[in-house]
Amino acid sequence: MEIERSRLSQSSAAEQEPLREAGPPGEDVAYWEGLEHTDEFRQLVAARMRFVLPATVFFLVYYFLLPLLNGLAPELMRTDVVGHVNIAYLFALSQFFVAWVLAWFYIRRANSLFDRLAATVRERAARGRRPAA
Amino acid sequence: MNITLVLFLIVVGITLVITGWAARRTRTTVQFWAAGRGIKGWQNGLAIAGDYMSAASFLGIAGLIAFNGYDGFMYSVGWLVAYLTVLFLIAEPMRNTGKYTLADVLSYRMSPIPVRSAAAFSTVAVSASYMMAQMIGAGSLIKILIPSLDTTLKPWFNWTILGTKLDPSITLVGVLMMIYVIAGGMVATTWVQIVKAVMLMGGAILLSFLVLLHFGFNLGGFFNAIAGVKDSKTGLNFTQPGILYTYGKTQVWGVDKALLENVSLGMALILGTAGLPHILMRFFTVPDAKAARQSVAWAMGLIGSFYIMTTFLGFGAATLVGKSNICATVAPKCTPNSNLAAPRLAEYLGNSFFGTGGGEFLLAFIAAVAFATILAVVAGLTLAASGAFSHDFYVNVIRTHLLHGHVSEREQVLVARITAALVGLLSIWLAARVGATANAAALVAGVAFVIASAANLPAILFTLFWKRFNTWGAVASLVGGSLVTIWLVAIGPGWTLPANPHPAFPLQNVGIVSIPIGFVLAILGTYVGELVKADRLAEQKFHEIDVRAQTGLGAEPVAAA
Repeated sequence: MEIERSRLSQSSAAEQEPLREAGPPGEDVAYWEGLEHTDEFRQLVAARMRFVLPATVFFLVYYFLLPLLNGLAPELMRTDVVGHVNIAYLFALSQFFVAWVLAWFYIRRANSLFDRLAATVRERAARGRRPAA
Repeated sequence: MNITLVLFLIVVGITLVITGWAARRTRTTVQFWAAGRGIKGWQNGLAIAGDYMSAASFLGIAGLIAFNGYDGFMYSVGWLVAYLTVLFLIAEPMRNTGKYTLADVLSYRMSPIPVRSAAAFSTVAVSASYMMAQMIGAGSLIKILIPSLDTTLKPWFNWTILGTKLDPSITLVGVLMMIYVIAGGMVATTWVQIVKAVMLMGGAILLSFLVLLHFGFNLGGFFNAIAGVKDSKTGLNFTQPGILYTYGKTQVWGVDKALLENVSLGMALILGTAGLPHILMRFFTVPDAKAARQSVAWAMGLIGSFYIMTTFLGFGAATLVGKSNICATVAPKCTPNSNLAAPRLAEYLGNSFFGTGGGEFLLAFIAAVAFATILAVVAGLTLAASGAFSHDFYVNVIRTHLLHGHVSEREQVLVARITAALVGLLSIWLAARVGATANAAALVAGVAFVIASAANLPAILFTLFWKRFNTWGAVASLVGGSLVTIWLVAIGPGWTLPANPHPAFPLQNVGIVSIPIGFVLAILGTYVGELVKADRLAEQKFHEIDVRAQTGLGAEPVAAA
């Protein structure tokens, strides 16, 4: 890793204009790429994706169903369920609770799982950095 | 002195005390822009909710529901669900990689000069549209709710600047918000926002409680009353969708126009929030990703309950006061003004529960809350706009990269304060200029959401999650997305009143077209730009931002007090 680091930094310093702001250009590319390829980091990304991807697709579909149904099936949506409380109102109100429940699930998982996995990546990074520094 | 003026002065007094206290603690850039990163999760959540519950959503949504019934509720739904985008994709990576502004995150990977300039442009475009809407709203509100203030100040405003006569109410709002930002920076703005959020929630809870009390806490009876209110044009009752969005009337591109408008609005609301600079900026004020997450949770709880309560306010005004009585001066056949639904409801409830003085007091209280709301939101926007200009453009583009100089803390804070003053003066002038003719306040605020989702969101998402993304793509979406949105709105039916009957672009909500264009520009820009000049570093730096965004490695630390 040490060899690769110096090679990359030289080559990139030679052919790129020194522009990015986070540290000297190219210096840390191999270091960060190395971290990206650790099992710890992959686990973190996979765990996050397993939650965020389906949850995002779900809330987008659930949200846009409301205007679509209001526009395409107005008579259905105007059907009263209890007294004068109709499907359209209940569906709109349910959006609030769906949003809260999804947020609650996310935060619970982030506090228990994502934070722990991120901490292991940071530990790994601290170990990996010491010989290099 | 009337009671409205007294309450109003108390509110202003409280905010000025906060500013004075905050000013003594604001010396360095991290204190000015990010409150030293020492804001707690729940405090930041309150401040985010405060930033979000603007006059447009408090008075605007209550008014939309009071005048159109169910369809007005659609705004509330979109504005809450939007926070899932923020929570899942934006909040934590922003805190982990950002410093003070959106451009700080982008320039991790991209060439700082073009990207910071482009981000400064889109940030100013978003903030200016949002701010003008708030200032115009503020001006008209004060004239109606606290007329004595406007007439007292009038004699001092007998001069014009560059052909525009200054407006006393707008100028007063502008000057106060300049004091908050210039003297107190992010600390003052955050605390003003928190105080206002608590007042606003208190006001909404009180009014909702009184509405329900009026109906004896019988929700069925409440809904029967709402269903008893009929729209004169469509014949629908107020619980039914289709009054504001008249489905099945006209077609555009072979699709129902009302449906397109509604979906288009939804896209801007859901995606725009995650690109609003003054909301993104709030995630840099907390100590870590966990606090960023917690602040979204607090904000969602508050914003959601608040928007559910706006239904009670809106429907309450529709049933108890009635559209024909919601005017500036109530008289037979007066011109209804939807912004006054909540204040008139407060007056009605006060009168019926506490006698005549009660009505006056509640009206005054709601007016003071609305005023505090506008002040706080405008202050947050000024901070975002001056951040884009002074931190991104002046400090990082001109001084650091073009002149290769070192910029001292003192100079940075000084420039920040000067730009805040300039942004304030410019918005006072712009709002006064547009103010006279504007019926466009809500539309202008809507434009801010569309620019944010067409220009800022693609740039943020691709910077964080797409390895091939480069400087070309970022600039294409930031500048292109903003310009396309502004252009579509300009040629659309909206701006002028009466509405243009044959607009070149048929929709008022342009998001359904301009948001996809923004994303396509980001992708096309990336691939086409690659052919012109490769941006290898953007790809190499992706590894760094990827790891940092996910783990918080090397994130900006909490500043020492």
